[in-house]
Formats: sequence, C-alpha cells, structure tokens
Amino acid sequence: MGINKDLTAASSTPLVLAILAEGDSYGYAILQRVRELSGGSMEWTDGMLYPVLHRLERLGHVESRWKNVENGRRRKYYRITRRGREQLAEDRRQWQAVDATLRNIWGALSVALPGWSADQGPAQAERA
Amino acid sequence: MPAPDPSASLEEQIGQWRSYLRRRQAVHAVDIAELEDHLREQVAVLAGAGLAADEAFLVAVKRMGNLDALSREFAREHSERLWKQLVLMPAEADAEPSTVPRDALVAFCLAAAAAAAIKVPALFGLELDKDSGFYARNLGVLLLPLLTGYFAWKRRLGAGALGWLAAAFVVAAVFANVYPFAPRGSTGALTAVHLPIALWLAVGIAYAGTRWRQVEGRMDFIRFSGELLIYYALIALGGVVLMAFVANIFRAIRIDAGPFLGSWLAPCGAAGAVIVASWLVEAKQSVIENMAPVLTRLFTPLFAAVLLLFLGTLVWTGRGIDIERDVLIAFDLLLAMVIALLLYSASARDPVAPPGAFDFVQVALVLSALATDAVALSAIAARISGFGFTPNRVAALGENVILLVNLAWSAVLYVRFLRGRGSFTSLERWQTGYLPVYGAWAAIIVILFPPLFGYR
Repeated sequence: MGINKDLTAASSTPLVLAILAEGDSYGYAILQRVRELSGGSMEWTDGMLYPVLHRLERLGHVESRWKNVENGRRRKYYRITRRGREQLAEDRRQWQAVDATLRNIWGALSVALPGWSADQGPAQAERA
Repeated sequence: MPAPDPSASLEEQIGQWRSYLRRRQAVHAVDIAELEDHLREQVAVLAGAGLAADEAFLVAVKRMGNLDALSREFAREHSERLWKQLVLMPAEADAEPSTVPRDALVAFCLAAAAAAAIKVPALFGLELDKDSGFYARNLGVLLLPLLTGYFAWKRRLGAGALGWLAAAFVVAAVFANVYPFAPRGSTGALTAVHLPIALWLAVGIAYAGTRWRQVEGRMDFIRFSGELLIYYALIALGGVVLMAFVANIFRAIRIDAGPFLGSWLAPCGAAGAVIVASWLVEAKQSVIENMAPVLTRLFTPLFAAVLLLFLGTLVWTGRGIDIERDVLIAFDLLLAMVIALLLYSASARDPVAPPGAFDFVQVALVLSALATDAVALSAIAARISGFGFTPNRVAALGENVILLVNLAWSAVLYVRFLRGRGSFTSLERWQTGYLPVYGAWAAIIVILFPPLFGYR
C-alpha cells in the first residue's frame, strides 16, 4: 500500500521532527526509522528527505553539524531545536485533531467500501 | 584477464554520480557530500545483505530518486541558489579550493597596479587636466599591459608570445609619444582613439592564448569584450553614485571633495575597474547568462525599424545628406553598431540551428544599414572635390570602407545561409577572421597619419 504524495509531504515535517525529538540523527538513519515505524508503507524517495531537512534547518526547527565518522568520512547530524519542539507540539495537536475527526467518521460510516471489510481493516487481497 | 577490482569500480561509479550531481546549480557541494554519505551507507547495507557492489550501487541510486526531481526540490528549497550563482570566494570547499582566491588575488593586485599606473605620469609633473592629450594617447599603453598580463598569467603564455606582446606595447608607447603632435590637433586625437583599438588586439591574443588562430578562440574574445563593456558600464554607474555621495556628505561639513574625486577617485577607480570587470567576466562566464546577446535580441529589430524609417524618410522627402560636417563618423558608428549586433547575436547562436524569423530581421538590418551607408558614400563621391581630405575624414573614410566590406560580404554569407546554400559557421569564420583588419587600420592611423598630415 502506497501513500499518496500530498499526504507524504504533509506528514514528513512532524515525522522528521518527532524522530529527531527521540535523539540526534542523520539522513539515512531517519529514513530507516520511518520505514520501521510505518512497517514499510511509507516509502520515501531517499533523496527527498534532504530538502525537507534543509527547510526545517532554514526555519530554525533543526540545526546541523558535521561529525567525523568511521574511516575518515563525514556525516551531517541534525538536532531538533527548542523552536522545533514547539512546532512539533503544534503539529501534533493539529494531526490529532485531524485523526480524531477521521476516526469519528470512519466509525459512523455504515456503507461498504470496495476492498475493505468493516471490522478487519483492509481486505486480504489488498494487503498482499 | 584479471577481474576488475570491485571497490575501485564502485568508487568510479560514485565519482560519476557525484560529477553528474555537481552540474546541478541548485545542489551545492555540501549537499552532494551529504547525499554521497547516504548513498555509501545504503550501498554498504545492501552489500552486507549479499548484493554485489555494482548491484548495490544501482539499487541505492534508484532509491535516491530521480536526480532531476531531486534537484528541482533543492531548487525549490534553496531558490536563492538560482540567483546568486557568482561566488567570488567559493564556500564549496572541494571544488579546487585554491584557484579562485588566487585568481581574485592576482586580479585585485593588478587592479591596484592599474590604479597606480594612471598616477605614474603625475610623478613626472604631468597633470590630468593640463596634459590631457598625453593621458588620452597613453591610456591604452598604461592600462592594457596589465590586462594583457592578467590573461598571459591565466593562460600561461609561452615566452615567445610574451616577447611579442611586450614588443607591441613598447612600439605603441613609442608611437604615442615620439611625434610632435600639434596641441589640439586631430592627428593626436586620432592616435588617442585608435591606439587602444590596435592594442585591444594584443589583449585578444593574450585572452585567446593558443586558440587565437581558431574561430572559437576569437569568438570567445568577442564574447568577452561585449560582456566586459556591460560590466564596466555597470561598475562605472556604481562609481558615479559613490562619487556623488562622497561629494555630498563632505559638502555637509564644508569640505570640497572635488579635487580628490577628480584627480584620485575617478581616474584610479576607472583604471582599476578595467581589471576588476575583466576578472568578473572571467569568473562568471559559465554561471550567468551572457548579457550582450540578450541586448542584441532586444535592439536588432529596433535598429532595423529605425533604419528602414530613415531610408523611407530619405526617399519620401528627397533630402540629401549634408556632408559638410563630419557626418561620416556617424555612419561609421552606425555600421560598427550593426556589425556588433550581428556579432553578438552570432556569438549566442547555435550554428547548426536552421534559419529562423530572427535571422530575417538580422538580414533586413544589415541590408538597410548597407543602403544607408551607400547613400552617404554616394553623396560624398558626388562632391569629392569639396570633401577636403582632413586626417579625420580620411580615417573615417578608411573605416567606412573596412566596415562596408565586412558588412557586404556578411550580407552575402547570411543570404546564402538563409537560402540553405551555406552554413552559419562561414559567417562566423568571416567575422572572426576580419578582426585583425580593424587592428591593422588602427595601427596605420597611429603610425602613418601623424607624419602624413604634418602632426596637425
């Protein structure tokens, strides 16, 4: 199951901020964490993470520094800032409001949707 | 045959990928380093899972995503990068870190030397306002050796070429100063105008280096000259604003800055700006769109329209051209302008592109300029006895013939190209091959005219 572009773009900011709130990290590890958390359903094109990180840095939500890692390579680490945490809290409120609204309508929805059974979630064929 | 070292070929592949990314102006070297770190980790993880190095590389590159889309995202995030492309001191460390600062350093030292050179004659008691004739004749001799030196250094010219260029400047200095020019005489003024033209050829030889004999090398020099003119005009504009401020704020404390501006800031700034503008043109040539061809595109139709209007008015009113005044100079400038329009649109044209609408406008411009000049020349020929062969008029007539020949043959080549019987490159070859003719005529005026006309 893929997630469409608009949703991916909209959720990328809180997702990255939240991952960085767990601890400082760098591009590849952030992507690994996204895969882990979404069970593989959120497939980002790897490169696209970096413009997102740079935007967050420009907005002052994260800061970056280069660190030396093994065999002479350098790696750019990102850390969430205080303003980033504030932004994350705000994003979380908004997403929870959206999520709660959607949950209410999913619960109230009685018509059948194609490829979906009301009590088990996505139908087997769709999941495979 | 031994199997290629897998790690070496991986490095090679990553190197190719890196150089491919480097061409994107929105993606800077630090970003490439960050993306490369990602790529390497991905390759290592995939290789650890059992993939061969080249397979791992392919998968990692695919996961990185389409580079066009990626650089578009970078451009959206860093939109300023699409504007500010001229970095004077490169922030991106790994792109040959030493060359640009050294280049800038040499350019600024030479600019300082040029600013000093313009004041050297003052040490010998020659004042800018009282000996303006001397300064006018020696301007090229004072400044252009430094510009030539800059390019000689940049292109690493051999000793032989250096010797010839130095000899050319020595000869120029001699002819600018040995003749007993009459004060306010026209031969002195002709030397002042034409010596820099002749010496500009020496700058071109240094600029093009070993490529002076090739069409491309000379075309690059033409492009450089046009951009230099535009940059110099912009810098001069800034200089005027600066001087206006200096004059005004010092007037506020009742100090007259005029003498300082007139004898120091203006001449030294104007001299140094020649080198600075040249260096800027060199530094930005590959990152910013050339301006001269853009102006050409804008003005070619306008000039063509004005010339056609002029010819129409001439026929309609039946007025003759007044040859009493030095009108020929105006027509020389017109022809030179048309050649410049032709040259700069040619300099930006894809030589293999088929003829388009703009080419027809270009031909209309050339033909109407030829017709206009023919009218002027026939007016002069009709009254040749009353023409009066002053030095100015002979020089202007010679220039007219030179420009006319150039333009006439250009018209023939252009029409051939439009009719599909010739290639555009033959027009380029003709134009670039013609460059020495201008220099030669300028040299003739400098060397032969003063004695021929009795230094008046």
